[in-house]
Amino acid sequence: MEIQSGFAEKIADPFKQGLQGGISIAIGYMPVALTYGFIAKTTGLSLLETVLMSMIVYAGASQYMALDMISKQIGMFEIIFTTFIVNIRHLLLTASLNEKVEQDKPWKKAIYAFGVTDETFSVAAVQKEKLKTGYMFGLTIIAYSSWVLFSGIGYLAGSSLPGLFQEGMSIALYAMFIGLLVPSMKGNKKVIFLAVLAALFNSLFVISGALSAGWSIVLSTLISATLIEVIVFLRKRKGDCAGE
Amino acid sequence: MNSAIFWMIVGMGAVTYIPRMLPLVVLEKIRLPGLLQNILQNVPFAILGALIFPGVLFIHDEAWYGLAGAFIAFLLAYFSSNVIVVVIGSIVALSALSLFM
Repeated sequence: MEIQSGFAEKIADPFKQGLQGGISIAIGYMPVALTYGFIAKTTGLSLLETVLMSMIVYAGASQYMALDMISKQIGMFEIIFTTFIVNIRHLLLTASLNEKVEQDKPWKKAIYAFGVTDETFSVAAVQKEKLKTGYMFGLTIIAYSSWVLFSGIGYLAGSSLPGLFQEGMSIALYAMFIGLLVPSMKGNKKVIFLAVLAALFNSLFVISGALSAGWSIVLSTLISATLIEVIVFLRKRKGDCAGE
Repeated sequence: MNSAIFWMIVGMGAVTYIPRMLPLVVLEKIRLPGLLQNILQNVPFAILGALIFPGVLFIHDEAWYGLAGAFIAFLLAYFSSNVIVVVIGSIVALSALSLFM
């Protein structure tokens, strides 16, 4: 009896659903955070500084970038400004996410907003139903915990991790993105078109060196998301004309 | 702790948090025009494409390594919609593959 009710609760509770949804992110963050912690140590940061950066900034790309800039003795305002530029794309993510989450008190949304990353966004955004606040808390808490915890472990464990393991783990986040995308692609031409087009634009921008990685992702996403609406609009109009 | 590093971390945290928080708090009361809503709803699928390529090609010195990993993940994802299966399966398969290379 108890097991049964416990099971029913597990399915119904959005917080637990969020935790489950975040497990793959937690796994995916492991190698990235371990590597971050390890590089932070070689850069000369203390354990406290390393973990604090993960706790307060919580953005993989900009943390790596900051380490690189610290080691090159670049000034802190330049580091902060570059962080801002790299992370502006979160505006796009949270504006999009806002279409999918349930309405709630601004202070609650302001708290889980801290946990919105490319990865938590992707997992949340491909869910079929409207997202509960509890779900967002579960999802973001497990991903955040993994990031902070493994940053510290990476600092302490350093290079003692087996190389083969590290190499294989490097696919984790990409495997997760693919695992999120492919089921949505099945039988949905719009999704296929959106993903392929954005992948092509992003490859073009990055490999040509025309744009930095952050801007490239933003721009290729916006171009594809807009272009498909234009195409849908034109085809609809053409259809209407033919009908008349 | 080095106080310059501390304030740098705080500054980085602030400029990262603001773009995360603003749309969720400000747009709560505002209704966006339909076209803009549609575009924002397209964002998740477009950004997934952009997050995968070309990044996956650069996880190793050799591009085929990431490409093989992406292919394995694609196959796994095609037959299983469980993301954890896809993640763990890809790690194991790619590690095994690199053993033989």
